Amino acid sequence: MPQIIVEDLVKTFQVAERTPGLAGAFRGLVKRSYRSIQALAGINFVLQPGELVGYIGPNGAGKSTTVKILSGILVPTSGRCEINGLTPWLDRQRHVADIGVVFGQRTQLWWDLPVIESFDLLRDIYRIPAGRYEKSRDELIDILDLAVLLDMPVRQLSLGQRMRCDLVASLLHRPSILFLDEPTIGLDAVSKLAVREFIKRINREEGITVILTTHDMDDIEALCDRIVVIGNGVIVSDGTLANLRHKLRGERRLKIEFEGEPEFNEPDVRIVSREGRVLHLAYYPQAVAATELIARITARYRVKDFLMEHPPIEELIAQLYRDNDIDQSAARTRRQTGLQA
Amino acid sequence: MSKTTNIFELLRAYFAVISARYRTLLQYRAAAFAGFVTQLFWGAIRIMIFAAFYAVTSDEQPMSFTMVVSYVWLGQALLGILPWNIDTEIAEMIRSGSVSYELARPLDLYNFWFCRTIALRTATTTLRCVPMFIVAVLLLPALGLDGWAMQLPPTWTALLLFLVSIFCAVMLASALTMLMHVALIWTLSGEGLNRIMPSLVTVLSGNIVPLPLFPDWLQPFLNFQPFRGLVDVPFRIYVGDISVAAAFPDILQQVFWIVVIVLLGRWLLTRSMATMVVQGG
Repeated sequence: MPQIIVEDLVKTFQVAERTPGLAGAFRGLVKRSYRSIQALAGINFVLQPGELVGYIGPNGAGKSTTVKILSGILVPTSGRCEINGLTPWLDRQRHVADIGVVFGQRTQLWWDLPVIESFDLLRDIYRIPAGRYEKSRDELIDILDLAVLLDMPVRQLSLGQRMRCDLVASLLHRPSILFLDEPTIGLDAVSKLAVREFIKRINREEGITVILTTHDMDDIEALCDRIVVIGNGVIVSDGTLANLRHKLRGERRLKIEFEGEPEFNEPDVRIVSREGRVLHLAYYPQAVAATELIARITARYRVKDFLMEHPPIEELIAQLYRDNDIDQSAARTRRQTGLQA
Repeated sequence: MSKTTNIFELLRAYFAVISARYRTLLQYRAAAFAGFVTQLFWGAIRIMIFAAFYAVTSDEQPMSFTMVVSYVWLGQALLGILPWNIDTEIAEMIRSGSVSYELARPLDLYNFWFCRTIALRTATTTLRCVPMFIVAVLLLPALGLDGWAMQLPPTWTALLLFLVSIFCAVMLASALTMLMHVALIWTLSGEGLNRIMPSLVTVLSGNIVPLPLFPDWLQPFLNFQPFRGLVDVPFRIYVGDISVAAAFPDILQQVFWIVVIVLLGRWLLTRSMATMVVQGG
């Protein structure tokens, strides 16, 4: 029985357009022209309980819009969505009682209050029975090592500390689904690792379904069993990381360090970049087998070291967009901040 | 998360919101002290103006000078409950998009923000009104300025009715402030409203000049409009200008306006939420 069903989800925003210049500003007073922007053009997917899904796409692709609709914050223009048997925007209050949300760029903690008071306030807001609240709170504080921060006002926390507190805040009421919108944005390496470790743990041990949006491809590699890629409001790929790699013609990488700087010229191989004695090469295993290629190169050149690598996931995604004709710069212009009605 | 929504748990949730915001706002003690000094100064100036007015007038005025003095001090002490500003946290949430978190809570958004607004209207006022009452009721007579001192209500019943009426005034002020919050969703910036509301509110509520002192032809309008429930009704009950018998219809009128403005605010909020755009991040 799927936990989340999304069918033909469409969201169109009406945005007031302004003509540039003074004359345009006056015209805007009399007659407003609106432009509709389709953030989601029909999204479909199904999630089983306990999945950990990475939801990725360029800025303005519709990631956050999807998360906001799924978490009951936005009302879609059309389409169906059922989560634990409820429609988020129709049964918002009942729905949000069973989900947790973290928006990486903002905090859900009360800025001027000590961390622990924010937690206590969430206990009252979510009506969590006292015994259960203390148990979840102490467990989470223990896992994320937050005990020393509890009496500090939120405004004094570092970004990494704040994010860990935000994660606790999102899980105090033991939701069955956790939405994480860019949870590692702006974090240092150590905090990123702690956050990833924690996400993995609550997913494995508590069976909490996690939907994660991110621009950090290491997050995806470290965490996600399944990757949904969105571009221009449609899903362009849905599957495992291995699947995604395979689908993209399976170009592979070879990094070779030579003794000296030879003229390099081989069939079936493309030079990606050159840094002195180090060459980054790309080839297709369908065209030439790795063993054969290495044998050929080591026979002709004096090779000091070599390394087989996967192409970075950013390139996979970029290629996916090229294949699907998604204009990233066009997508980016649609991004705005703030809130409008 | 409980399956059966327990009304007491729900009330506790809303009360926790009021309490958290109240505690946060109580932190601004220096601002409260500065506010108190300013209010004291303005109170003295206003009383001097009324003293001059009452000294030269030959006509019988609708309120006695003693009543007006108490009325002025009460106004200086309770200035903070007037809906003249907005909750900067709500404004920031709307501007930045953090309003998402507010919608991710299992609470009705209007009630949720109404609770925050009650805290806004009462927190700073509690800090400022206590020293103001001490000065106006106790210190001024001790300094021999009996004529400028604030009197206690004429009867216990008047005091009781005043408490009921001032509670209604806080609710009415919160409902009006909520209208300003909802308007923010459309305008994003609260600047315009923040400039218009103080003049509208202070004049029409009777805060600057008690409404009975306005010209007779304006009285039917002044006696109907909602802002009168903020100052005119509770303060005139306190000083005894509105008799116990006359207080009941006036309190009912306060309740009427609370209901109307809450319903209007809820309707506007629901409408704005349906078409809302939360972008970025």
